[in-house]
Amino acid sequence: MRKYLLKRFLLSLLTIWIIITTTFILMHSVPGNPFRTESKMPKVVYQNLLRKYGLDKPLGEQYIIYLGKIVRGDFGDSMKSRVETVNDMIKRGFPVSAFIGLQALIIAITFGPALGAIAALNQNKWPDYFSMVIAILGISVPSFIMGTAFIQFLAKNISWLPIGGWGTYSHSILPSVALAFMPLAQLARFMRSSMLEVLGQDYIKTATSKGITRAAVVLKHAVRNAILPVVSMLGTIATNLLVGSFVIEKIFGIPGLGMFFILSIGNRDYPLIMGTTIFYSIVLISMLLFVDIAYMLIDPRIKLVKEGR
Amino acid sequence: MKTELDYSPELFQIASREDRNAEKIRRPSIKYWPDVWRRLKMNKLAMTGLTLICIFAVMAFAGVHISGFKYFEQDYSMINLHPDSVHWFGTDELGRDLFTRVWFGVRYSLFIGVMAAFIDFSIGVLYGGIAGITSRRIDAVMMRIAEVVYSIPYMLVVILISVVFTQAGQGSSMFVLIFSLSLTDWVPMAILVRGQVLQLKESEYALASESLGADKSWILRKHIIPNSLGPILVNITLTIPRAIFAEATLGFLGLGLQAPKSSLGTLANDGLRGLPVGLTYQIFIPALFISLIMFAFNVLGDGFRDALDPRLRK
Amino acid sequence: MEKVLEVKDLRISFQTFFGEVEAVRGITFDVGKKETVAIVGESGCGKSVTASGIMQLLPMPPAFFKGGEIFFNGENLLNKTEKQMQGIRGNKISMVFQDPMTSLNPTMKIGKQIVEGLVKHRNMSRGEATAKAIEMLDLVAVPQPERRINQYPHEFSGGMRQRVMIALAMVCNPQLLIADEPTTALDVTVQAQILELMNKLQDQLGMSIILITHDLGIVADVSDRVVVMYAGQILEVGLTEEIYASPKHPYTRKLLASVPRLDMSREEPLYSIDGTPPDLYVPPKGCSFYDRCTEAMKICKDQMPELYGHSITHQSRCWLNHPMAQRINSANRSEGR
Repeated sequence: MRKYLLKRFLLSLLTIWIIITTTFILMHSVPGNPFRTESKMPKVVYQNLLRKYGLDKPLGEQYIIYLGKIVRGDFGDSMKSRVETVNDMIKRGFPVSAFIGLQALIIAITFGPALGAIAALNQNKWPDYFSMVIAILGISVPSFIMGTAFIQFLAKNISWLPIGGWGTYSHSILPSVALAFMPLAQLARFMRSSMLEVLGQDYIKTATSKGITRAAVVLKHAVRNAILPVVSMLGTIATNLLVGSFVIEKIFGIPGLGMFFILSIGNRDYPLIMGTTIFYSIVLISMLLFVDIAYMLIDPRIKLVKEGR
Repeated sequence: MKTELDYSPELFQIASREDRNAEKIRRPSIKYWPDVWRRLKMNKLAMTGLTLICIFAVMAFAGVHISGFKYFEQDYSMINLHPDSVHWFGTDELGRDLFTRVWFGVRYSLFIGVMAAFIDFSIGVLYGGIAGITSRRIDAVMMRIAEVVYSIPYMLVVILISVVFTQAGQGSSMFVLIFSLSLTDWVPMAILVRGQVLQLKESEYALASESLGADKSWILRKHIIPNSLGPILVNITLTIPRAIFAEATLGFLGLGLQAPKSSLGTLANDGLRGLPVGLTYQIFIPALFISLIMFAFNVLGDGFRDALDPRLRK
Repeated sequence: MEKVLEVKDLRISFQTFFGEVEAVRGITFDVGKKETVAIVGESGCGKSVTASGIMQLLPMPPAFFKGGEIFFNGENLLNKTEKQMQGIRGNKISMVFQDPMTSLNPTMKIGKQIVEGLVKHRNMSRGEATAKAIEMLDLVAVPQPERRINQYPHEFSGGMRQRVMIALAMVCNPQLLIADEPTTALDVTVQAQILELMNKLQDQLGMSIILITHDLGIVADVSDRVVVMYAGQILEVGLTEEIYASPKHPYTRKLLASVPRLDMSREEPLYSIDGTPPDLYVPPKGCSFYDRCTEAMKICKDQMPELYGHSITHQSRCWLNHPMAQRINSANRSEGR
């Protein structure tokens, strides 16, 4: 097992490195540089700025320097903000995004598989149709539409739920729910098909033949096995959550990392763009790795296979 | 028990061989694709999806022309009109007819979706096919590469590429978008194709040991391709909404087509501005169309998957 | 002999998209105390449906009980509620399934799977139940039971898994064990071991066994009586010796003839019965074996034969047993046809 883990870890590092390099290349392949867009400035100032950001050096050297900084955890200085470095901005924005993201994840994980299981247990009866309608809606209606719909319709009637901005806990409710919708739907659908497959297995019949209650059969035998493939899906879910967060933050005006990212794109603030991209990637790939490990721990068949039986 | 007299001796004569029918075929044999089609038809939801797609496809061509307006025509006397008999979907803040623009967007979305799926399919089949055929070592390396590619968060890459090309002043051209979307999305298809090819390799060798070499292409034609088409079809049908979703999200974030061209995503983004002033239709209509397209393809893909699953045969 | 199970005119059908399939079409048999009754027949004859039906393990849509009764210790099981059945399953009646590779929960330790039944039916504590489980594993000859009890199914071989299944089924000391093709998925050598095991357990624990199989080769040693099923009906029933020595139904005769024997010469072709069983969407009016029977008469096609008794224990359902048939045949023979 350790060999496998090491391999996965190295592959993850490789991926991150690829992303760093790609991002770097992309950002520097844009003709011109950010300072051209500014209003005319004296040549000396221009040269100084170039020198400050190291833009006067050859590309290869810039790359090495940048790589070095990243390894040390320094994402550099923002080009637009005179006050904050990229690290500062990440530190400011990430906790906000993480909070909403985690909350959405918890909602999705709690209700998604439950919905899917209920649907599978009542196949072709109304709980099934009802759950699946919700699920189809969830995957068809993009989160920005869901979010906007929330703002439009819900917030008007429920006055205590703020529809934008940030500050109190209740500010996070609507965004989290809107964000959770799609992952919830995906989890529900996947759980449903997984459950249906498990319910048709022989060992379910064996379990029933022992005379234990239907509830015990479902919970201890069916769900336990059905949930495994769903766990492996969590990686993709995390990715979707991340993307969704950009949109949600924009709609609800949440000062999270996503908002910074979008703004930085608009401003052509390259260090910020690169920094947030790389940071996001690290978070994401770590999560993927984490999910992989978790899956290996849960499934008894895998653990022992790896131990060289 | 009935007495002997109740039966005529005639009945107890041995029955002739012709009268018995040991090998009777009782039900007509079912052919593969017609059966799949029949099962798909039974799925009302999938049929709804299919109908929607057909309608959208037709309107994508025709819709832009019916209204009589051009998508870029601005008319400052007609700003922000709610839907009426002249402008069926209303107008935007520059007086452009939304009906035309929406169908322009549908055309654009469908095109992107189909193109992305096509590229995914092409790369996927090529890559997966090669991986399946070559030696195990090369296959292992290819799969590692695919894994790494797949774990790159596609949205980030797409956004970055859009940024780069938007800078050039053109707005994300369609091709840039499709290209960047396909960059990582081909992996599931490749894995699928590789799996099918591997399966084929197994049966190929078994048969090859018995029969002539000519049989390899026979097996390829008669077994592998028909068997693989199904899952591939499902994969394609579900790739399309992914691509459309990605495009819509990009458009919404301001990275899509540059004005005056409109994608459904950019329309929704524009429509966001109309929200505080009660012009809900401006965001609602594009949003509705996005949802409908995604719904249609998702449901159709589901329907295909169910129709192809032998266990679900009724 | 005291009867543990009495099945009377049981009918089970399945409601499908294409119509109703009559899987079990009126079977009657019984099982006595400490008896082993083998139900023999081809795939699809309804024997597995019968087994699952007794335990009410069939998915109730689309399956449904069309008629008949199942008496267990005098009580009709078909009148029981699901809760009552739960009390009976695993407790009074247990089942062993065909494929040991898929019949155990792959993500649960086997100890836990065995203990489940004990905790539910005997109200034991975890500790007591685990001890009993170890005892059971020992009884079914699983080596090192204390260690194995914490292992997962994939760590066992096929034969071992089937032993675990048997342990699981026997742990609450049921009165009746239904073994649905318990050895079909196993190697021949392992088959013998499992059958021997079941025999030994029967002696020790005094239970009755219904052995369901398509393999006449294993029936002879192990069972007291044999029930021959075909297309949802019982064609012949009798003591094992009676069935093997003087089979009265053409189907039984053919079945016996198709068992390969060690004393066959090499040139002798392997005997097999032509054709396939009838379509149960449209069950035949007459004898269901008509199409494949080389001794069939005209009456066999249109009319269902009744059950004829050859002895107290031996009955068969065939028109050849009718006095008319016997008279005609002897007449034919004397005429030299």
